[in-house]
Amino acid sequence: MANIRDIRRRITSAKNIQQITRAMKFVSAARLRKAQDRVIAARPYARQMVAVLNSLASRVPEQAHPLLATRGDDRIELVVITADRGLCGAYNTNIIRQALDFLVKNSDKQVGLNILGKRGRDFFRRRAYAVRNEAIGVLAQPTFADAAAIARDLIEVFTKGEKDQIWLVYNEFKSVVQQRVIMEPILPIQRLENPDDTARLDYLYDEPPAEIFANLLPRHVEAQIFRALLEAAASEQGARMAAMEAATNNAGEMIEGLTLHANKVRQAGITKELIEVVSGAVSTE
Amino acid sequence: MALPEKIHLEIVTPESHLFSGDVDSVTVPANTGYLGILPGHAPLLAELGIGEIEYTLDGKVEYLFCSWGFIEVLPERVVILAQAAEAGSDIDIKRAEEAKTRAEKILASASVDIDFDRAQLALIRAIYRLDAAKHKAAHR
Repeated sequence: MANIRDIRRRITSAKNIQQITRAMKFVSAARLRKAQDRVIAARPYARQMVAVLNSLASRVPEQAHPLLATRGDDRIELVVITADRGLCGAYNTNIIRQALDFLVKNSDKQVGLNILGKRGRDFFRRRAYAVRNEAIGVLAQPTFADAAAIARDLIEVFTKGEKDQIWLVYNEFKSVVQQRVIMEPILPIQRLENPDDTARLDYLYDEPPAEIFANLLPRHVEAQIFRALLEAAASEQGARMAAMEAATNNAGEMIEGLTLHANKVRQAGITKELIEVVSGAVSTE
Repeated sequence: MALPEKIHLEIVTPESHLFSGDVDSVTVPANTGYLGILPGHAPLLAELGIGEIEYTLDGKVEYLFCSWGFIEVLPERVVILAQAAEAGSDIDIKRAEEAKTRAEKILASASVDIDFDRAQLALIRAIYRLDAAKHKAAHR
């Protein structure tokens, strides 16, 4: 039979772990609220940007803007957005799995990686993949300046012709308990479709439309990357909150089970002692 | 056709939705000069530079600092997509003053290894930021 002191020790350590996981859950919940607000605040900009682009695209003649150039798919860059920290359930695993799937599917092509986040970096560093760029510490508090810097770099690589396509893989924030891995191409900019009613309006232009269009496209890329970063940041907090909640519950169950076990062991000990005392008494009679 | 009396204005930046409401008029710093827009304006699309956005809400003028962006005027609404924008009342005057002196110092140093464009832009930004903040204060 297990030693009662060992069981007590296990209960104490489970309690300690539970305290930590519960604290982490609350921290993530607070951060999640902030991250969620930022995602919501960023949505109107992204939406309006697409609306303006749509109405412009139908008016500007099919032209060869460098960011629209389709050159096939021989050299691809995959931007992988992972978290800097673990303990957030399957968050990083899902992203990395998708990235690996992509690499396998496109193994006949040249795929380079661009990794954001420590988890992804550590994973791919141990394996032989071509990593062009890596950055950590972005996801904790993504700013528009971060997104703009990433966008500038990607645009440069793309316009120089070093890459034919650039894809993005990240977790989209669906709800607190649900994230969805999104894999989407960002460059070349996809042909914009279904222009709405505003497209038929006759605009006045302050500058040649083609020029405005050309200036808008890079902004569009920045906005898209910024949105992806914010979504990923909110998802990370959501995933961690859910994971820590589960861990806290599991620790509770474990403590319950162990306590029950400890009590049984204690009772068995008492019973045994009683029997000894009684049988001792009987033998002296 | 009678012209509408108000226009619906939306000011959005990547990080926030700054303003949404019906205004009497709006003035923006377009690349080619300041543009005033009144209700019933024809559809227009223009790029914005660094400057002040001004709009009149119920007879009261509000000022915002704006740095790069776009404006789209549609029959029923005006959308300003600013890269960065701050309401006049939110501007940290002390920080802007500091930025201004810093930029001036760099420009005055006249050594060859300075990033002239960057310093100049910083100076322009600081000046307009201060303008927006001061105008806002003057109208209170």
